[in-house]
Amino acid sequence: MNWIVRNLWLVPVLPLLAAGISALAKRKSRAMAASLAIGSMAISFLLSVWAFAHVLLLRSNGQATQQVFNFRWFQFGNEWLSLGWILNPLTAVMLVMVTFVGMLIFIYSVGYMEHDDNFTRFFCFLALFASAMLGVVIANNLLLLFMCWEIVGLTSYLLIGFWYEKPSAAAASKKAFITTRIGDLPFFLGIVWLYAQSGTLLFYNNGAGCLESTSINHLLTQPTPLGFCSATGIALLVFCGAIGKSGQFPLHVWLPDAMEGPTPVSALIHAATMVAAGVFLVARVYPLMSAHSGIATELTTSTALQAVTWIGAITALFGAVIAVAQFDIKRILAYSTVSQLGYMMMGLGVGGVAVGMFHLITHAFFKSLLFLGAGSVIHGCSGEQDIRRMGGLRKLMPFTFATYTVGMLALCGFPFFFSGFWSKDEILHAAHSWNISQAPYYMGAFAALLTAFYMSRQMFYIFGGKSRLTESSEGHSHSPVSPDHSSHHGSNSPHESPKVMTVPLMLLAPVALLLGFFGTPAWPWFQSFLDATQLAVDFGALSEGSMLPVMLSSSVIVLLGLGIGWWIYGRRPIKSAEAPDNLGKLSPPLFTFLGHAFYVDALYGATVINLNTQLSKISDWLDRWIWNGAVKTVTNIVLGLAHLDNFLDTHVVNSGFDEGCQSVSRSGQILSLLQAGRIQGYLKIVAGAGIAFTLLLLWKAKI
Amino acid sequence: MTITFLLLAATTITGTAAAMSLKNLVHCVLALTLGLVSLAALYLQLGAQFVGFTQILVYVGAVAILAAFAIMMTRSAEPAVLTGSSSFRVSGALIALVVFAVLGWAVWSGTGALAVLGPEPEAPVNEIGVALMHRFVLPLEIIGLLLTAALIGAGILAMDETRRTK
Amino acid sequence: MTPMSGYLLLSALLFSIGLAGALTRRNAILVLIGIELMLNAANLNFIAFWRYGPHPEALTGIMFAIFSISVAAAEAAVGLSIILAVYRHSKTTDLDQMNSMKG
Repeated sequence: MNWIVRNLWLVPVLPLLAAGISALAKRKSRAMAASLAIGSMAISFLLSVWAFAHVLLLRSNGQATQQVFNFRWFQFGNEWLSLGWILNPLTAVMLVMVTFVGMLIFIYSVGYMEHDDNFTRFFCFLALFASAMLGVVIANNLLLLFMCWEIVGLTSYLLIGFWYEKPSAAAASKKAFITTRIGDLPFFLGIVWLYAQSGTLLFYNNGAGCLESTSINHLLTQPTPLGFCSATGIALLVFCGAIGKSGQFPLHVWLPDAMEGPTPVSALIHAATMVAAGVFLVARVYPLMSAHSGIATELTTSTALQAVTWIGAITALFGAVIAVAQFDIKRILAYSTVSQLGYMMMGLGVGGVAVGMFHLITHAFFKSLLFLGAGSVIHGCSGEQDIRRMGGLRKLMPFTFATYTVGMLALCGFPFFFSGFWSKDEILHAAHSWNISQAPYYMGAFAALLTAFYMSRQMFYIFGGKSRLTESSEGHSHSPVSPDHSSHHGSNSPHESPKVMTVPLMLLAPVALLLGFFGTPAWPWFQSFLDATQLAVDFGALSEGSMLPVMLSSSVIVLLGLGIGWWIYGRRPIKSAEAPDNLGKLSPPLFTFLGHAFYVDALYGATVINLNTQLSKISDWLDRWIWNGAVKTVTNIVLGLAHLDNFLDTHVVNSGFDEGCQSVSRSGQILSLLQAGRIQGYLKIVAGAGIAFTLLLLWKAKI
Repeated sequence: MTITFLLLAATTITGTAAAMSLKNLVHCVLALTLGLVSLAALYLQLGAQFVGFTQILVYVGAVAILAAFAIMMTRSAEPAVLTGSSSFRVSGALIALVVFAVLGWAVWSGTGALAVLGPEPEAPVNEIGVALMHRFVLPLEIIGLLLTAALIGAGILAMDETRRTK
Repeated sequence: MTPMSGYLLLSALLFSIGLAGALTRRNAILVLIGIELMLNAANLNFIAFWRYGPHPEALTGIMFAIFSISVAAAEAAVGLSIILAVYRHSKTTDLDQMNSMKG
């Protein structure tokens, strides 16, 4: 077995070590923490590239591209718990993506967090997060994956709440943690169920793993009381975990709030990696998801995948609609992320691993580019996050503008040259040819239109027109100024960010541009890499079947969206920060409704949380009056018994005992008279006794 | 009833009686030594060489010397002033006398049956050693333990009290 | 009067002398010596019985005497050190003055 396969664990462990060391480091040792984190990520990146190259090599040699390394961890009862890691195309791609994006974001963070007091802590958390995420990626055991998954959740909590002095950040971190936990509970149940049914949690283990055909076939024959086979049940439960982590409807509520964290965190966690973990999970357990008991044809789709598709489609549309009416630059991106994650899920549902994962990878690059660009904008505007107060940054921040434009066009799926186009088109195409329903296709297409629209809106607000920063900065308590950017630049005028921040942007931009060409229908390298199929350059595929109409229609949709955006926002420059939104003028109530994200939070507040509160109150009341009363009654009975006992003790038992004591001490006093204090006296008594005994003996002998 | 026995008995009685009655304590110890040596000679005469020499080693060599040291260290050498009731002493002497009378009577009346005079028995040292190592090994070990304990205990007891409490 | 009776009578006399000393003398050291004499009387008895008894080859009397001497030596050592300790405490070896345990 190759060295890299055996030592793949180094990839997550190196950042873990960095995190551990910087956790012990002093607060002052900023340079050490940052260089440790970046250095460990760089080494992990190189190892990942090595692993990737190894997979490529195997592939070119025509060997199996999947290698696992399993080992026994500990024994319980008669069974061994085995852990392991896996190197296959999926892992390799994810590893390279996570380490590369992670490394760039780490470097960027040096600039972004420059003025923060808790710089060291930040890098410690970042490294820990990266380690956990890489652990999720390489895990060949659902339990190991779950453990890393939970560490990801923990670090996400820590990082969202990094500025915990801010009540909103603290609340957001709690919300993120609890919401994802809601998804993790069914996930864990799914794991337990899977273990109960298949007896192993290893994914692949030479035919004995839980994702291999033996186990899957076994799961398919196990019925449940609800009618479907247990494979479907487990798959749905596992998907619940993915819903929570990937911010799918209805557990998406935490993701926009998570933007309270520092922007690099938003880029790393809430664009590129953590939210992708859910998608990755579905891709990882895809054999389980797609397990179908019927005749295995291309056209049948398992119940679990149908659920994935519908949830994905709903989320994609839902997120895009809400994003239209947001004003916070990061919130727009957050809802956009929700929407894109929905796309990915939909892609997994309708088109398989390659389709979903392709969008995941391209999205990771362009969305982190966008987030980092947004961070740069926020940094340049001294912490301003409201797009109504920006404007005119095109000339002031040229690098940011250029790279942001690339990211934005990639996100919109601008035809032919941007990666988002190809990956999104792939999904739409797969949805179009889905045999169950056409609705996901239309939902996805409409979401694409909205995406183009809200992104152009955002662009015009931020970069178009003149700067509105100064006019609005007078006395608006509304403006959320992050504690780390409290106007240390002296002046309020927007400025370009330092090199350490723009260089990662410029590195990400070309990748966001060009990555799409690895997965065009004409040359589907990525797909064949993941699915291990033959690769052929075939330009005919572009015009085959429904491909061309879908491509053309999606191009039209994107252009239409951008056009509407320009019509509404770009035609006339936005004059003032106070002016109502141009779209909002059309239908203010609807716009407010969207601005509050369909009031989902309020709905949850009114239903689930309210119910919880009521239940707590009832419990409190029960506790206070019923249980407490019972406890008090018992207490009083016991107290009464104790008083009775005390009385008995004092007056009955004690008096008898005292009597005994007194008689003993009296007899002692009498006996002490014998103690004359003269030793020889005692000896005399002994001698006398001796005489008496001897005489007795003699006398007896005589008789 | 040989002459040697009578002579040795006489010196033993004289020595011990003197040891118990002389005023000067140093003289007492010297008289005691005489009595103990005579007793050892009696043992030898009875054929118990080992016990006889042990008697000399332990009593004459150790206990008498110990007693002499104790007397010197407690400055009891000066004749003590007689105080207290003499009737107490007289009664003690009387009791001793009664004890002797009873014991003498017992001996006189009871030893007739045991008057079998066999050949003089042998008690060679090597046999005693073998017996100590076989039949009496447990008592020997216990005695060893006892002597060790006594050694340590005596040392601690005789230690200066201020040093001991430190 | 057999030879054995002589030894036994001597032993009884020795015992009585020791007892008389232990009962009449006021010095603690002499009381201790008296007790030692009583032990010696017992030893003499053992040896005499061994010499004139029915099974001298068993060496029981000799052994008893040897162990008795050992115990006596230990007793003498401990006893004398107790006397020293008491003397250091109350500056006297007079038994009549050691009566703090009087009831």
